[in-house]
Formats: sequence, structure tokens, C-alpha cells
Amino acid sequence: MQRYLSNTADEQRAMLEVIGAPSIEALLARVPATARLPRPLDLPSAAAEMDLIAEMRRLAAANADADGYTCFLGGGSYDHFVPGVINHMILRGEFFTAYTPYQPEASQGTLRTIYEYQTMIAELTGMDVANASIYDGASSLAEAALMAQSVTGRTEIVLGAGVNPLYRRVVATYCGGPGLRLRDVPAPEGVLDGAALPKLVGAKTAALVVQSPNFYGCLEDIASAAEIAHAAGALLVVVTDPVNLGVLEAPGKQGADLVVGEGQGLGVPLSYGGPYLGVFAAKQEFVRRMPGRLVGATVDLDGRRGFVLTLQTREQHIRRAKATSNICTNVALCALMATIYLAILGKRGLSRVGELSLAKAHYAAERLARIPGVALRFGAPFFKEFTLKLPKSPERVVARLARDRFLAGVPLKPFDRKLADCLLVAVTEKRTKEEIDAFAEALAKAVA
Amino acid sequence: MPYDTQSTYDRLLFELGAPGRIAWSLPEPDVPVDAARAAVPARYLRPAPPELPEVSELDVVRHYSRLSQLNYGVDTHFYPLGSCTMKYNPKINEDMARVPGFARLHPLAPQALAQGALRLMHELASMLAEIAGMDAVSLQPAAGAQGELAGVLMIKAYHDANREKRTKVLVPDSAHGTNPASTAIAGYQVVEVKSDANGGVDLLDLEGHLGPDVAAFMITMPNTLGNFEPRIVEIIEMCHARGAQVYMDGANLNAILGIARPGDLGFDVCHFNLHKTFTTPHGGGGPGAGPVGVKAHLEPFLPTPVIAKRGERYTLDWKRPKSIGKLQAFWGNFGMHVRAYTYVRTMGADGLRAVSENAVLNANYILKRLESHYDLAAPGPCMHECVLSARRQKKLGVTAMDIAKRLLDLGFYAPSTYFPLIVEEALMIEPTETESKETLDAFCDAMIQIAKEAETNPELIRQAPVTTPVRRLDQTKAAREPNLRWSGKR
Repeated sequence: MQRYLSNTADEQRAMLEVIGAPSIEALLARVPATARLPRPLDLPSAAAEMDLIAEMRRLAAANADADGYTCFLGGGSYDHFVPGVINHMILRGEFFTAYTPYQPEASQGTLRTIYEYQTMIAELTGMDVANASIYDGASSLAEAALMAQSVTGRTEIVLGAGVNPLYRRVVATYCGGPGLRLRDVPAPEGVLDGAALPKLVGAKTAALVVQSPNFYGCLEDIASAAEIAHAAGALLVVVTDPVNLGVLEAPGKQGADLVVGEGQGLGVPLSYGGPYLGVFAAKQEFVRRMPGRLVGATVDLDGRRGFVLTLQTREQHIRRAKATSNICTNVALCALMATIYLAILGKRGLSRVGELSLAKAHYAAERLARIPGVALRFGAPFFKEFTLKLPKSPERVVARLARDRFLAGVPLKPFDRKLADCLLVAVTEKRTKEEIDAFAEALAKAVA
Repeated sequence: MPYDTQSTYDRLLFELGAPGRIAWSLPEPDVPVDAARAAVPARYLRPAPPELPEVSELDVVRHYSRLSQLNYGVDTHFYPLGSCTMKYNPKINEDMARVPGFARLHPLAPQALAQGALRLMHELASMLAEIAGMDAVSLQPAAGAQGELAGVLMIKAYHDANREKRTKVLVPDSAHGTNPASTAIAGYQVVEVKSDANGGVDLLDLEGHLGPDVAAFMITMPNTLGNFEPRIVEIIEMCHARGAQVYMDGANLNAILGIARPGDLGFDVCHFNLHKTFTTPHGGGGPGAGPVGVKAHLEPFLPTPVIAKRGERYTLDWKRPKSIGKLQAFWGNFGMHVRAYTYVRTMGADGLRAVSENAVLNANYILKRLESHYDLAAPGPCMHECVLSARRQKKLGVTAMDIAKRLLDLGFYAPSTYFPLIVEEALMIEPTETESKETLDAFCDAMIQIAKEAETNPELIRQAPVTTPVRRLDQTKAAREPNLRWSGKR
């Protein structure tokens, strides 16, 4: 017997009798003998619960997590505070073990929370509509690129160099299928080169993609980018981190047509990169071309308010090869985490998170740039993340600081060889002045 | 009416709270705030805070607790949803995913300081490769459909590398909708292959389509009628003889663990739905995880980075010049990998084989008990799921959807309805291995009761559901007058 399997040997026998089969083996008659695996699977034998827990804890202990270390890592994933209520709520089995709400009468809980999520994301981004979430920020951007092609009938996507390089790789993968061409706008001073931009955005451009705050932490001039994109008849796609939008202006108010981004900061654990939360919001006119799921309000037979999956004629299970995307599974549970996060933080809490992150990042930048040989690489305004130029190899500095239990930042060499002497440092509301000061002292020693 | 009882709970969060009420607790700033704000140009700042709710912690907890109770989940209800494999999600999986060394690990932590995570991923990939008989597995795809996209892109890259121009992908008419959708996104023309009378692939039709322009044949095994394609080896040989690759949609892998392996059958690529076969939670629509396995000839094309083992060290290997590229910003849905790893280690080889045996036994038990009350889409025995047709009931004015709604009233979630598309009034039932005979009997009794009600009192079924928080919802209104966000009006 195995504890996740309910049938006893007696029950199995009784069931086989009803079926009229001599054995379970006999039920597998359609699997040809030549197709059978003639041996047991070569896997570790079943582990007892307590042994497995001990082993898993040993594996986990081999990782430098953000509890055991002071974390200054960013680059698309951030150590923001996660209120404890979220975990308690998402672990309710009625949320946790439910399926996609195909029977709305038995899924009003999920549907209502998704409707709340759509409302909150639309409000934060300043857009008309938001979908019920996509896998992660990178795949949201890739979906936005495909959607821009379908909306405009054009064949090029212009990407700012400040767009997270990992996202750029994902966009390249997705755009390979339909043969969309990608063009890059340089960002030599940390933000888009304003002179190069109008030359690159033209009659073939389906979308101009701008990330703000961008990969280097700098804030981009979204409104100017919107003017350039719109003058060429292209869409402006803005990549953003919604946690910052308690303080930063909504991209929709600055001319964005589509807003995408990574919602991990909204209460989703770091979890070594996933599962995360792909945010996707659009202007009303594009709603029927959006990828993924949408929940709408309606009424039941008695006129009571209720919620359903809607506009499903865009989706793969109905439109098959002609669907707006192949997305089936979204990340509903992560969207629920974000919804509860935004419920808890609310109007003023989210602004407080943004203000604290902004203030601590600026304090840290000022403090770290005072270390001899260390300087801010770019002069552009930044939010909670910034690029430092170091006098020694960033990889070595990171390794040295790990001994002092700091996760010092992301060395930029693998992302841009021209920034081989740079380190990307992120500071969220969780970092205290004391931690930042200690980090500055440790960094000073490491580069001395 | 009592105040706010569950049966009448109809609030949205935006309809709760009061100005000034808060549910958060954050420290006072210990560094200057105004100076930092001044460093950001005013036009980049939000002039007023976003219009989010102002509620207390109790408001939040009570609201979401009540909303949760409006859902049916596996923890509370039997979920006989075919092809979706809604089995019990072990609680230990959740505990393990929440160990700080996993949950609080940053994806850009130095690799030397993430050896436990990389090792877990490497071992899980090896275990999945063994289960599927594949040579290599990437854990990166975030969901089954993204695994499909990865698989088709690898097939495309493979043909490109061989300088072959192939423009079509064949998909059975019984396929999941993601198959044609993923294929189309990869830039292929989709061609449907007919099913025969038993729901298997019509070999003549397949033969007719298999030209030099076909890149791949994409098929679900066991198929969406719950049957093992008896001539699968022959089908794969036919495709290979014409230079086409064969892709297995692994959504139904739950049926064949330790019994048959896609790689041994000759499949070139397959994906795994960790949220189906490997007990990661479905969460009302995800997250999922869709690792993809390949035979050796496709390994160079796997998504980057690949987790490599050098001596005792694990690294992310980016030097893969033939790779299709990345699919997700980081390394895959690692939290799901932890859960699936925990599950496979808990079960072992014997446990996994017992999973499939019990899944098959349970499905056949349901098939047998219901076969005289409903029409069968295909003769038994079936694998892990069975498809009924409510053709008979339709003549009495009761549709598959009506039956589904009536089941909600009787305390069960519904089977999949109207899928596969080739079966009239389809009801697709998948009990999974974790359910007991007791539960299956209660479910079959309910289904038989409904079949009888269709004959004696069809109106009762057409009125269902009546015990759920809302009754049947107006889908047409939702689509014609889209209301996708709260605007302050009810």
C-alpha cells in the first residue's frame, strides 16, 4: 500500500470482479507486448517521509538563500517583503486544488479573485484591461510582441537595450516562429539613445519596447518614446515592475499601448526564478487580440452577479490553430498571491513599499559610491536598482562578499561585455540602514 | 437572511473597507525619503496613490476565506475532469517547496551557492528522462503548452540544421487545442488527421498526408479518448520513414508510468505536465510546469541554459550554439520542480507503476458501471480515462452540459464536456488513482441517478445547479458586454 493510493487489495479485487477482468494486467491488453517496459523503472526506491525531509533539507542547505544572506540581487527578481497572510490564504485547499474555472458555478472563488486581480492591475498600470496572468515577465513580453505583429501587420520589433537581456532572449525565441525581426536601440548612458531612436522606429515597426525602470535600474522617458512610436504608427510596449507603481507614474498615463512585466514582487516567493507572474495589460481596443484568459462579470438566471471566463473565442481550446496564443495554463495561484498582496498593502501600503525601496536604494548608492574606486556607472535617475562600476572583478568581489554572507549583486559581464567591470545592485524596502552600512564596509574591504 | 452567510457572499474586495483602514505593517524609514524622491524627475512620479482598497487584515482574511468556499477543489470534492488529471496534491510537497533554501533562493545567486537547487533540477531531469525513455530533459518550459512550443521549435531547428524545408505539422482531430495553437505559433501550417471509428488515428488518412513537406506528427498518448493507440509503433515508423519527427503530448502520461515509455515506442520528443502526472497543484489555472524530453539527435537544440554536471559541480551551461533559445526569464518553474521531485522520491518505481495501475483500474470501473446508462465513445477497456456520450440523453432534452451542472448539485465537480471534439455530447471522465472505490461508487450512483432523471424529470436537470452560490450564468452577456474590471458600479 502507498498512502496516496486509496484502493486496498480487497477493493481492487471487488472492482475487477465488477469489470469482469481477471487482473489489472488484463486491462492493459491494448498496450502491445512489444511496447511494454520489460523491467522496473530505474529510480531511487520510495523514501519514507521523514528520511526524505532530512535529505531535502540538506539539499536546501547547499543554497545561499535570502534568509541566510543579506540580499542585494535584482535583475528581474526582487527580495520584497511577503506578508504572512498570503501563504495562509493560498494554502486553502479550495483555492489550491481547484482547476481552471470551466464550471463557473463551482468556481466563483477563483473567478472573483481573478476579476479583482484584473481590476487592480489595470488600475496600477493605468490601462483599460488586464488579462488573468501569463507565465512570467519574459513570456508576457514575447506575447506582446506577437500581438503587436497581429494588430499592426508589421514585421519588426524595436527593443531598447535597457530591456532585461534574459527577456530579449525569450522574445527572440518566440519571434523566430513567425519570422519577426528584432532591432536594438543602444543605451550607452543607461537609458535609450534619443538620437538613435527615431531612425530605428519606422514603417515596418510593429512595436517599440521600453523597460522602465530598465535592466540597469534607470528610469526611461516613456512619454517621449510613446510619441516616437505613435508617430511611426507603431505600438508602445512598456515593461515594468508593478511593485514600483505605488510611486511611479502609470505607464498607461504616459502613452503605453501595452504594459507587461514581472509581478513576482507582488508577494510571490523568489523560488529560484519561478513560478512567477506575467503581467499583461492593454488598451480597450486590443481586448479581442489579447493572449490568455479573461474573466468578466455577468448575471445568473436569477439576475445575481456572477463571473465567468469570457471572450474565449480568442483561446486555443476553441480557435485551435487560429488562437491569439497557445496559453492554456496561466499562473492563477500566483495571481491570487498578488491580489492578496495588493489587498493587504492597499492604497497607501504599496506607496510606502515604493518609497522605502526608493529611499534605501538612493541611500545605498550614495554610500557605496563614496568607496574609493567605486562609482555609479550611469547618471540617469534610478529607482530601486543601480549599476556600480568596481575597481576589481565583480565576480571576485561577489565571491569575496559571499563569505561575509552578502549576496552582493549581479555581475553584468555575462549580459554586456562593455559592462564587464559593473555590478547591478538592488535595494528593496527589506534592507535596513544597518545592513546597507555593513555592506558598504564589506565592499570597501573587498575592493581595497 | 442572516448577515453575510456563505450562501449569499457576493462582495468584491472593492466593496469592503473604509478610508484610512490598513492591513499592513511596514517600518518607519531609517534613511532620508524626501532627498530620494527629489532625485526622480517629477513627471516620472505618480501624482496620487493608486486606487486600491483600504481594508484591515481581518477584512482580507475573511474575504478570501469566504471566496475560497465558493470553489470546488480536490481537497473538498471529487474532480472527475478528463484529460486534466486532478489528483490529490500531497501536503509534504508544499512543505518542501517552502523550505527557505528553495523558496528564498534568488535565481541570479552565484551558481556555486545554488548547488542544492541545481542538483535537484539535474536529478529530476534524469528521473523524468528515465520515466519517459528519453535521452535528455529540459525543465525550463513553464507549462505543457510552452513545452509543446519548445518541442516544435526543436523539431524545426533540427530540420533547418539538415537543410530541409518542411512546412506542415500533422495533428489528429482529437487533439488538445494547444497542439495546433503551439504549432501555428512556431510558424507551421497545421493539418488535421482524421480519427477512425474507434478514435484511433486513421492510418490511411495519415498516409495520405505524409508528404516531404511534413515536419512532424503530434499525438497524445494514450489518446484523448482514453485509449492506447495499438498501432503506435507502426505509426511512428511510417512517419520516420518519410522524414517526419513524432511528438508526444504527455498530458496523459499518468496512464503509463512504468508500463510503457514514449522513447522506447519511438517518439522523438515529449513533454510532461508536472501539474498533472506529478502532483503539483493546479491552483485554479496554474502555475504548471512543462518539462520537455528529447532523443539524442534533438539534444543540441534544447532551450538554454542546460544544467550540466561536471565532476561534483552543477552549472548552467549557456554554450549551446544550436539551442532554440530561452522560453522563460530564468530556469523554469523551480517551485514546481521541488514538488515533483518530492513526489517521485516518495513514490519510487513501484509506487509510480501502482499509480498507473490504479488509474486504469478506476477508469475501467467507472466505464463498466456506466456503460449501460450512457453511450460509450469507444469500446473498453480504456486506459486512465473514459469518454461517454450523452447522445441518448440529448434525445430526451438533456445535454452533456446539463448533466455536468446536475453533478455539481450532487456534490461532484463535472467531467470535461464537449471534448474531444469528435464525440457528440462528450463527457470525459478521469477518476485518477488517488480516489477510492467508495468515492467512485458514489459518483457512479449519481451519474446513474441523472440518467434516470433524464427519463423521468429532465426539467430537474435543466434547472441545475441550484445548490451552488450562483445558478447558470449568462455567457453571452459576458462576451457581448465585456465587463472586465470593477468600476464602482454593480
